[in-house]
Amino acid sequence: MSAVARKSFNWRRWRLVVTGGAIVGVILFLAVFAPVISPYSPIDLDVTQMLRGPSAAHLLGTDELGRDVLSRVIHAARLSMMVAILASLIGLVFGTIIGTLAAYFGGAVDLVLMRLMEILFSFPAILLAIVLMASLGTSILNAMIAIGIIFIPGFARLARASAESVLRQQYVEQARAIGMSHFRIVTREILPNIVAPLLVEAAVAFSYAVLLESALSFLGLGAQPPDPSWGNMLNTGRGFMAQAPWLSLAPGAAIFLTVLGFNMLGDGLRDAFDPHLRDE
Amino acid sequence: MSEPRPHARNRERPALAIRGLTVDFKRRGGDLRAVDQVSLDVWPKEIVGVIGESGSGKTMTALSAMRLLPYGAKVSGTIELGGRDILSLDEAGMRGLRGDRIVLIPQDALQALNPTMPVGRQVGEPYEFHRKLSWRRAAEKVIDLLRAVKIADPEIRAREYPHQFSGGMQQRAMIATGLALDPELIIADEPTTALDVTVQARILKLLREIRDQRGSAIMFITHELGIVAELCDWVYVMNGGRVVEDGPVARIFGAPRADYTRMLLAATPSIHKRKERPR
Repeated sequence: MSAVARKSFNWRRWRLVVTGGAIVGVILFLAVFAPVISPYSPIDLDVTQMLRGPSAAHLLGTDELGRDVLSRVIHAARLSMMVAILASLIGLVFGTIIGTLAAYFGGAVDLVLMRLMEILFSFPAILLAIVLMASLGTSILNAMIAIGIIFIPGFARLARASAESVLRQQYVEQARAIGMSHFRIVTREILPNIVAPLLVEAAVAFSYAVLLESALSFLGLGAQPPDPSWGNMLNTGRGFMAQAPWLSLAPGAAIFLTVLGFNMLGDGLRDAFDPHLRDE
Repeated sequence: MSEPRPHARNRERPALAIRGLTVDFKRRGGDLRAVDQVSLDVWPKEIVGVIGESGSGKTMTALSAMRLLPYGAKVSGTIELGGRDILSLDEAGMRGLRGDRIVLIPQDALQALNPTMPVGRQVGEPYEFHRKLSWRRAAEKVIDLLRAVKIADPEIRAREYPHQFSGGMQQRAMIATGLALDPELIIADEPTTALDVTVQARILKLLREIRDQRGSAIMFITHELGIVAELCDWVYVMNGGRVVEDGPVARIFGAPRADYTRMLLAATPSIHKRKERPR
């Protein structure tokens, strides 16, 4: 391989990241600028326009209360992104702390923390989410917390495995040899060296959070009407499947595209950073 | 002690005094004795070589002095660093000495540098947590340190990452970290093994200068006899966890007393002697 060839952009290696990133970028843009972009208010009713099919005035039609579906889908992106970001963040932060501590101290600390994680892991995610929502109460904030808690064991395992391999590195031994404290070793030697796999995992968790949030809202446990969410839009649309299929198709497509985008981004990043796949 | 050392007469205190050090590892089917009744002195301004083959206990002896032995090691005997009994210190007390009064220069410098942090930052770390200097103050001192170990353009180099350094410079950076707080004892565990011969010679020269200018005591662990002959004042020969012989460099090489030392010297390939080899 010549130096020039290595420098040039490797499309094959980055195509997933670029495509996924583009989809994610568009969705994030819509979410951030929802009030500016969406043609109508997502909650204002218009009884004269109930269950209208897609038209020039309402690109994705209107729902059973005459609300513009496009505006609702765009506004729901906001909520989904917020839930996904905060839930992934909760999982990332607590999972990393738990996994790193388990790896660093080992022994009893490791045993107790990881067994706790395994207990959490052993519940089906959606069931655990429903249980957590039932005990925390239904609100969108609690949905974020519940989804975040579901993510903790996955991040903890990954952080522990990554930290264990970093701990075997000589620079950690050298950090001990210059008298560094435990806290300093963890924050300056270990954490910077395990962020890459954790961030990739966060991208994957993100798409999973979107899916979980939709599921919870579909079941009526997440966003409460009239707040739009892809999940509760799907649920309402279910009743009008024959007369107004756009009611289900629009939020369904939004979920599909978001999950696809984040999965492509996550998988793409993982492959792009994987040294074994680099020289293909 | 076989021969008297000049320091003992000057009523000085050794930088490192190890007496009757024994290190055992618990293993299934009986303990494994890695170090057996080792006594060893390193005096200020002295470069002491510890030679022996792999598994002879030289690295374990050094790690005992740092109190960095692997988990499960049982240690007996006494180790004094500048008159302080370090085996009785608690972990926090020991942490205060490491990187300050006693430092370790490792074998493979690249492996020993954190790949995610600029070199200057790492070199300055002892200032930050042993002396509580601000990052800015530490950064100034780092430039001087890098200059002292002869790294060109220290202002630029301090901001670079380990992979941007050559092998020799990485080792210089490690030495700079060690020198930061003017330690009483520098333990160098085969610091030149990973380097080619010309770079090796420059690192050895640097270590000698450090001893001459700063008066640090250096314990140099190696299996390369050539380096010992060139660099050290006093030599300990180890085999099977024991010290088989010690003495001034010239005497060890000129008139070895222990059989093992003779074997070790004979095992060194020479470009002058031609040995018959089985085909």
